[in-house]
Amino acid sequence: MALSVLMLMRMRNLFAVIVLFGIYSFLMATVLVALDAVDVAMTEAAVGAGVSTVLLLGALHLCKSREAKPAHRPWLPLAVALSTGLVLVYGAMGLPDFADPLSPIHRHVVPRYLQNEVQVPNVVTAVLASFRGYDTLGETTVVFTAGVGIIALLRRRKKPVAVGCAETLFALYVQFHGDFGPGGGFQAGVIVAAAMVFHALIFGADTARRVVPDWLVETMLAAGVLLYAGVGVAGLLLGGNFLDYFVLDVDPVHGQHRGIFWVEVGVATTVSGVMLKIFYMFASRDDANGESEQ
Amino acid sequence: MLEHFSHIVTVFLLVAGLFIIVARGNLIKKLVGLSILQTSVYLLYIAPGKLLGGTAPILAPQFSIYSNPLPHVLILTAIVVGVATLALGLALAVRIREAYGSIEEDEILALDRAEDPA
Repeated sequence: MALSVLMLMRMRNLFAVIVLFGIYSFLMATVLVALDAVDVAMTEAAVGAGVSTVLLLGALHLCKSREAKPAHRPWLPLAVALSTGLVLVYGAMGLPDFADPLSPIHRHVVPRYLQNEVQVPNVVTAVLASFRGYDTLGETTVVFTAGVGIIALLRRRKKPVAVGCAETLFALYVQFHGDFGPGGGFQAGVIVAAAMVFHALIFGADTARRVVPDWLVETMLAAGVLLYAGVGVAGLLLGGNFLDYFVLDVDPVHGQHRGIFWVEVGVATTVSGVMLKIFYMFASRDDANGESEQ
Repeated sequence: MLEHFSHIVTVFLLVAGLFIIVARGNLIKKLVGLSILQTSVYLLYIAPGKLLGGTAPILAPQFSIYSNPLPHVLILTAIVVGVATLALGLALAVRIREAYGSIEEDEILALDRAEDPA
């Protein structure tokens, strides 16, 4: 991993840099599995090695650029970076040892999370959608906002025309299995998007757009956030707090499951919508790139 | 030293990312650097959550030690938000290229100065 990063720094051929970055992301995903973060690794593999590599390549294609030779030796940045590194290493020495079960991170709220009050075996899903539901709503909104920003930046008057199969099935499995195994809305969303993106790479973006048209993607963008917030409002209407799932059903545990399920569907919808929209925007930009250059 | 190995790897990645952002003028290269810096933050969060002999935090009767799920949740969302912001940055780079014909910082600054000598 360190080797690929060092190569990244030296290389000026941006194509090679991006491919190396994909390899780096995959290695990072492997490290994350070793650290027991299976949900995170799944996301990193789909996002880092899949979606962002494709996006970077798309942007590179639009920019047709090769990195210029730096005008001066990078001594100052090197000095800044190294001194930052030294300060950080010094600071890190004060942190708890690796895998120390008595370190503060394992003692605060986490034991309560692990007691499984909501009876969802995958604790990551339970914390994401239930205990920290407000955070997740905020983050889904951030993703949505980024999608809107990209639409604003890359909008074309020209009507854009716009992709899945075995991977999408896998994504659905990831989505609905999220309560029990590794998986959930964010992972499923990016896997759907990665599936579509690869489908588009193989059969062309136009075929993809026929399977999932633009209007559907744009609706998904907003519908996901609305669904998430809607679950919150439903809790409110049924006499609980915002994003309180216990009131969603007569049986509180069943209510939790129901709340988490719909929240995850909302997350997956927005995330896959935004990823696809971004990809479409970059893909359709290409056709029009020539004329805008004058 | 060995018990801080994960921190040292994290710091190395962070410094490498920072160096790329500061020292390289190409906007796409800068964004790659920013992504590397970001992955170092993933490690910073995830690594302390690991417990030796622990398993992924998916409850099952045959296990009793689980790694800490909270950082996983935080980073999971951070990755997805990260790729969305990366795409936003790339979109900006594409627009800059269309406006200036270049994504090299030096050339863009030179063009700016030529337009506005003040």
